[in-house]
Amino acid sequence: MTQTTRPSPISVNNLNMRYQYKPVLTDVSFEIPEGKTIAIVGPNGAGKSTLLKGIMGLEPLMEGEVKFFGEPLAQKRLATAYVPQREEIDWDFPIKVMDVVLMGRHGQLKLWQRPSKLDHEIAEQALKDLQMWEFKDRQISQLSGGQQQRVFLARALAQQASLYLMDEPFAGVDVATEKAIIELFKNLKAQGKTIVCVHHDLNTVGEYFDWIIFINARLVAAGPVESVLTKENLNKTYGGRLSLLNDLTEQMYRTRLNQAHKHD
Amino acid sequence: MQEWNLIQQPGTWELLIEFWSFEDMNALWVLMGSILLGMSASVIGGFAFLRKRSLIGDALAHAALPGVMMAFLLFQTRDPLVMFLGALTSSFIGFFLIDWLPKNTKIKPDTALAITLSFFFALGLMLLSHIQGLQVENKSGLDKILFGQAAAMTQQDITLLAYVTVFILVAVTAFFQKFRLIAFSAIYARSLGVPVALYELLLALLIVMSVVVGLQLVGVVLMAAVLLTPIAAARFWSDQLTTILFLSAFFGALSALISTQISYLAPAMPTGPWMVVSLASLFLLSLLFAPSRGLIKRYWQQRQLRQKVSEENVLRTLYKLYERRQFEQNDFNIADIQALRSMPTDMLKDTLKHLCKKQMIRESMRGFCLSKEGLEIATQLTRRHRLWENYLNQYMDLPADQVHSQAERIEHILTQEQEWQLEAELKNRKSDPHGNPIPENTEGMSRDK
Repeated sequence: MTQTTRPSPISVNNLNMRYQYKPVLTDVSFEIPEGKTIAIVGPNGAGKSTLLKGIMGLEPLMEGEVKFFGEPLAQKRLATAYVPQREEIDWDFPIKVMDVVLMGRHGQLKLWQRPSKLDHEIAEQALKDLQMWEFKDRQISQLSGGQQQRVFLARALAQQASLYLMDEPFAGVDVATEKAIIELFKNLKAQGKTIVCVHHDLNTVGEYFDWIIFINARLVAAGPVESVLTKENLNKTYGGRLSLLNDLTEQMYRTRLNQAHKHD
Repeated sequence: MQEWNLIQQPGTWELLIEFWSFEDMNALWVLMGSILLGMSASVIGGFAFLRKRSLIGDALAHAALPGVMMAFLLFQTRDPLVMFLGALTSSFIGFFLIDWLPKNTKIKPDTALAITLSFFFALGLMLLSHIQGLQVENKSGLDKILFGQAAAMTQQDITLLAYVTVFILVAVTAFFQKFRLIAFSAIYARSLGVPVALYELLLALLIVMSVVVGLQLVGVVLMAAVLLTPIAAARFWSDQLTTILFLSAFFGALSALISTQISYLAPAMPTGPWMVVSLASLFLLSLLFAPSRGLIKRYWQQRQLRQKVSEENVLRTLYKLYERRQFEQNDFNIADIQALRSMPTDMLKDTLKHLCKKQMIRESMRGFCLSKEGLEIATQLTRRHRLWENYLNQYMDLPADQVHSQAERIEHILTQEQEWQLEAELKNRKSDPHGNPIPENTEGMSRDK
């Protein structure tokens, strides 16, 4: 099997995250297969975006570790592209579409370096792949929601990564954009790349994705769509949080027990 | 008073000539220095503005005051470099306090900022009054850093200022790409592995430096305005970040020129307030007259739109009247129109006059009738109105009595493409939910082109 010869694109081990004293995610562990599209699914406030940010090291972990292809993120930074949620940006910022996409090249640029001709060509191709080339000189404030999302995806594409982590790329987009994203997934998969998406639409999850990770403050299930997309898992995921787990974990954080009780 | 004016006025004129013939080298240096400061402060302040950390400059400027006073107390000198390093140190202590408090306590960033600012300022004022009670040399002029005094600057002050501001401008040019990336989305920058914390520290250092060298010109109290007003004014003129930054540098330089000039002519005048007042005037001018975002332009557009809407409404009313008479009688008076469309009489008369001038309608003895062009537009509007009513009815399940008011607005903005799209998506293209027929597309529908 490939798992034994090549380490998983992401392996999460015993991940714990909190907001102040409130537990957001408790003891989450999973490994994902390479070259698949993977959805992270769960109700509002289940910690889907937090999980993605925790994996990318954008929010602190209380405990646990994340490996990218068997290595820490710092070693695999250029192989990983992150697409933040559209709402996290001030779309009135004075910048053109092309300049946003060129930002995807900054992981490779040193200090004061400016994007080269090659970087421009890569950005051009990324925009063309998402049918946004004609908008390259547009101010981002003039774009529709779907076009904004495509700019973000083009920027991630310009990173030329092999693993893509996307926070709700399908949220609030038009039909044309939805089609463009599906097309993009197909192309990326054909190149053996892995895509992990926070996804909120249960109607399409089975159609758009190969794998599902069900989350609700804890890991409910993770596996191929055929085996995990079951009524039981949906009930477990959307049936509310485990209140005792929640309360006791919060109490543990308040008493700082996790610091007093060092094991391993 | 009268006498004073008589003596003073020719003096002012002579001073102005003297200034611009550059006989006084010191005045020229002060001018160059303040222009450089205006430029660098506006550019670096621009990034604070874009990151929505506008007030940080204000806090840092106030935090510099105790540093200057301590440096003077400890070393008993007014050497610019000593003053600069003292101010830099206490500004940075302030910066770390503002950064540390929200991260490690329950205090929110705005409170941390306000507490730090007023505490450091109070400390500085205390030290200043202490120094003024002491019997030491050189203490006169220390209080000038509260409001700035260009005329009091020495050759050494200017040299240091020139070095620091040129350094800031070079640094911003060199790191422009990264600063923009971080200002746009710090989270994304971190996901790329860009050392965001390092660049933030650099940005803070540049802000502190520009604030500290600006103290003698602008003063502690008003420094924030010089950091922020230029970019706020420039934002009205462009959507291109480089243009905005160049423009704000220009505004900064211009206000520096004006205020140093005044400080030279009337040495008792503090430079800072004059600089801020001239910047505020530039801001006001931008707010009013900027080509696409200015208030006057916006007001003008709003007026145009209102006029277009009332013209189209009258055209459509004439069409409806025409339709009700089975397309036989085609001239209607003001009373007929007002019976169907409530509109103040003055406005209606005005609109009718406009339409006559545009030859959309003709005035006759019996009233007004649609011309050929007027009829075309009225038909098109009615068609779009009714198509949209059908769309609402079919896709949103709105009952017939609720679709009208929505369509009243949408009819004015529907384009030709959207009309075609509507046609393609509708089941019923013959009549609207009220049972009125939808007029056919006539020839020459080129209004939107």
